[in-house]
Amino acid sequence: MRWLYLVVVLLFPGLAAAAYEASPLAENPQVEARLKALAVELRCLVCQNQTLADSNAPLAEDLRREVREMIVKDMSDKEIIDFLVTRYGDFVLYRPPLKTSTTLLWVGPFLLLIGGATALVFALRRRQRKLTEVSLSEAEHNRVAQMLSEGANRP
Amino acid sequence: MNRFLIPLGIFVVVVGFLGVGLTLNPRELPSPLVGKPAPEFSLPQLHDQQKVLSTNDLKGQVWLLNFWASWCGGCKTEHPVLIQLAQSGVVPIYGMDYKDRREEALAWLKEWGNPYPIVAMDESGRAGINYGVYGVPETYVIDKAGVIRYKQIGPLREDILQTKILPLIRELQNQ
Repeated sequence: MRWLYLVVVLLFPGLAAAAYEASPLAENPQVEARLKALAVELRCLVCQNQTLADSNAPLAEDLRREVREMIVKDMSDKEIIDFLVTRYGDFVLYRPPLKTSTTLLWVGPFLLLIGGATALVFALRRRQRKLTEVSLSEAEHNRVAQMLSEGANRP
Repeated sequence: MNRFLIPLGIFVVVVGFLGVGLTLNPRELPSPLVGKPAPEFSLPQLHDQQKVLSTNDLKGQVWLLNFWASWCGGCKTEHPVLIQLAQSGVVPIYGMDYKDRREEALAWLKEWGNPYPIVAMDESGRAGINYGVYGVPETYVIDKAGVIRYKQIGPLREDILQTKILPLIRELQNQ
């Protein structure tokens, strides 16, 4: 029977991986759901652009285990997040809190937007001022009419 | 002339920011634990599992805590620096064998030399989490009152030792 299992695994490698990944889910779906909700908000310290939920780094596994245990102990989300922030700093949060050191991070995009909009308004106004009304003389007007009618008569 | 000055100014500012950004190391995060009491631990010793190394035993002296592992490449890089520091006798370096196998850790120390008076074993990685470790090697300078004063992320280098860590240790020892 072992060869059959091997054949199945080789044919459908996703099955084996899925079975491995899903194993802790069966234990307590509520705990896993909370862990998942928390883990997408937390950054993996090793692969810094992945969330704790996505990362396969050993540290991320350990931290998930730690968070899972805290959930089982019925700690609130805030307590769990505080636990991680006291150890790793605000960097673990994908949404850093608004405080003096992060002001630029939060306000920066809006400052850029305001700056860009102001520059645009000024540029448009300047262009408007450069436009001057030009009127045609009688002779010029006749010439334009003649050229247009010539164009219209062309086959 | 003015038309080109503004884009040029913006360009220079952006290049300045990017230039500074390039020289920063994104792996070096400021630790919130610097200035806070070192998290307590009480863990079995590597060389004698019956004995325990506890933070309480280390109070009243300035000491270094070095997280390392036999599987860690950077640990081999910093190892000569640790050996030299240990031989100078300036400060004791306690080792924390992080998520490692005992036999491999013992073999590693036998092969490369042991700078630690005592090594504790953090098999589960829990002490590492309490210290905010996210990549070995990491080294902590802890003062007489048990407060973390400095954290080195990544391998210790001779220049960091001379310019930052040794002056800090001398200052802390004189307190």
